[in-house]
Amino acid sequence: MLARDDQDSLKKTPLHGLHVSLGGKMVPFAGYDMPVQYPAGVLKEHLHTRKLAGLFDVSHMGQLALRPKSGKLEDAARALERLVPQDIVAIAPGRQRYAQFTNADGGILDDLMVANFGDHLFLVVNAACKDADEAHLRANLSGDCIIDQLADRALIALQGPKAESVLAKLCAEAPAMKFMDAGPHKVAGLDCFVSRSGYTGEDGFEISVPAADAERLAKTLLESPDVMPIGLGARDSLRLEAGLCLYGHDIDTATTPVEAALEWSVQKSRRSGGARTGGFPGADKILAHFDNGASRRRVGLLAQGRAPVREGALLFADSAGGEPIGKVTSGGFGPSLNAPVAMGYVPVSRSALGTNLFAEVRGQLLPLTVAAMPFVKNTYKR
Amino acid sequence: MTTTLYTSDHEWLAIDGDVATVGITDYAQSQLGDVVFVELPKVGRTLKKTEAAAVVESVKAASDVYAPVTGEVLETNAELAAEPALVNSDAQGKAWFFKIKIADKSELGGLMDEAAYKAHTA
Repeated sequence: MLARDDQDSLKKTPLHGLHVSLGGKMVPFAGYDMPVQYPAGVLKEHLHTRKLAGLFDVSHMGQLALRPKSGKLEDAARALERLVPQDIVAIAPGRQRYAQFTNADGGILDDLMVANFGDHLFLVVNAACKDADEAHLRANLSGDCIIDQLADRALIALQGPKAESVLAKLCAEAPAMKFMDAGPHKVAGLDCFVSRSGYTGEDGFEISVPAADAERLAKTLLESPDVMPIGLGARDSLRLEAGLCLYGHDIDTATTPVEAALEWSVQKSRRSGGARTGGFPGADKILAHFDNGASRRRVGLLAQGRAPVREGALLFADSAGGEPIGKVTSGGFGPSLNAPVAMGYVPVSRSALGTNLFAEVRGQLLPLTVAAMPFVKNTYKR
Repeated sequence: MTTTLYTSDHEWLAIDGDVATVGITDYAQSQLGDVVFVELPKVGRTLKKTEAAAVVESVKAASDVYAPVTGEVLETNAELAAEPALVNSDAQGKAWFFKIKIADKSELGGLMDEAAYKAHTA
């Protein structure tokens, strides 16, 4: 347990009081006092999100605005391309793209969302990395951009098949949005930024709202009988079933986007032979991985038994053990699959779908199979 | 006549003669959340007091269940292995984990009765 003064030093999101009043079980996460679950529990919260809709407080995440000093958005986009291997210039107004900040070794400093809001870029980054990300942006882009961390905004995710109909009552434009559309919209009369995206594999929205209005908006959304508050526990099991990476676990400074099986997120224009090839930190290493292949790869893993295989479990090529060939980076129980699910890194030679592997769990070697991700079909509205 | 005792690690033992039926307390299950998997010891294994004897896993995490006394495992709960959620619905009843033959009854002296356990979790 944390000492009292440690608990007091934890930061609180604008929805902290609401979490406590809803019976949230509060735990420290990335420096914040956050709900890991509510009285319904992780299993029910997970299944409810897949069936109806879940409301998540993700206000701990960082929200940043990148404004071009020249007034031309393309200048901000070109500047940001110096830090990420994605094509930022090609993000159309009102659209959003998944990206990674890379380091000189080709590793990943953080993963993020980048949206084109017309006159500026809007970034959402991980809570644990947000101060480092801001410093990284200031150190590298201050000549071209004005960088603002939007600390006065909360972020609420509404995820699940009923998210659209629930949000439509408060934001008439919401149903017309497609997956990865993003922009300023009024929600319940409030000045929000809405994107059609999330971290569950479900259709849904992420709503950036002024901190002072966040509790009112969350309560309004929770008035719908379709909407249940969801804690970090189910957020993790939902993203794991969706095959989505958790920064600091499945990706970090020692994994390249190619090793992490995130090639889809790097557009052709930034790869070898592209119009703006390279020019981002670690480009040599990352492009070499694209051109020649990496030696290891992130894969999905399904256990053949019922025992969850968790983060840190060593992977072996055969039941005799010997030298480990890799490691599980995320693992647990998938409530929708009603089975254990995991992901981890293995040599490319062992990464083909259907490859049988073994994971060490409490001294025993349990059989696993390399499996396609997402484990649960995503329901994005394309 | 059975007596129920408790450990500071939140196991309960229902003692009938020299046999103890062991499980985790209702308080423990409320802290763990939804249980999705249990691993039970092999029948015939001799456990030492405080040795990890079984595992209970929620969606989020795995926790050890410790042997509250030294002794041989006589029986395990097959119904629980098939339906781990019994831990949440009936922790101190149907969701017993294993039965152990108590090797040394003096080990019971360090365990708590219900009133002491209630105070421990208050």
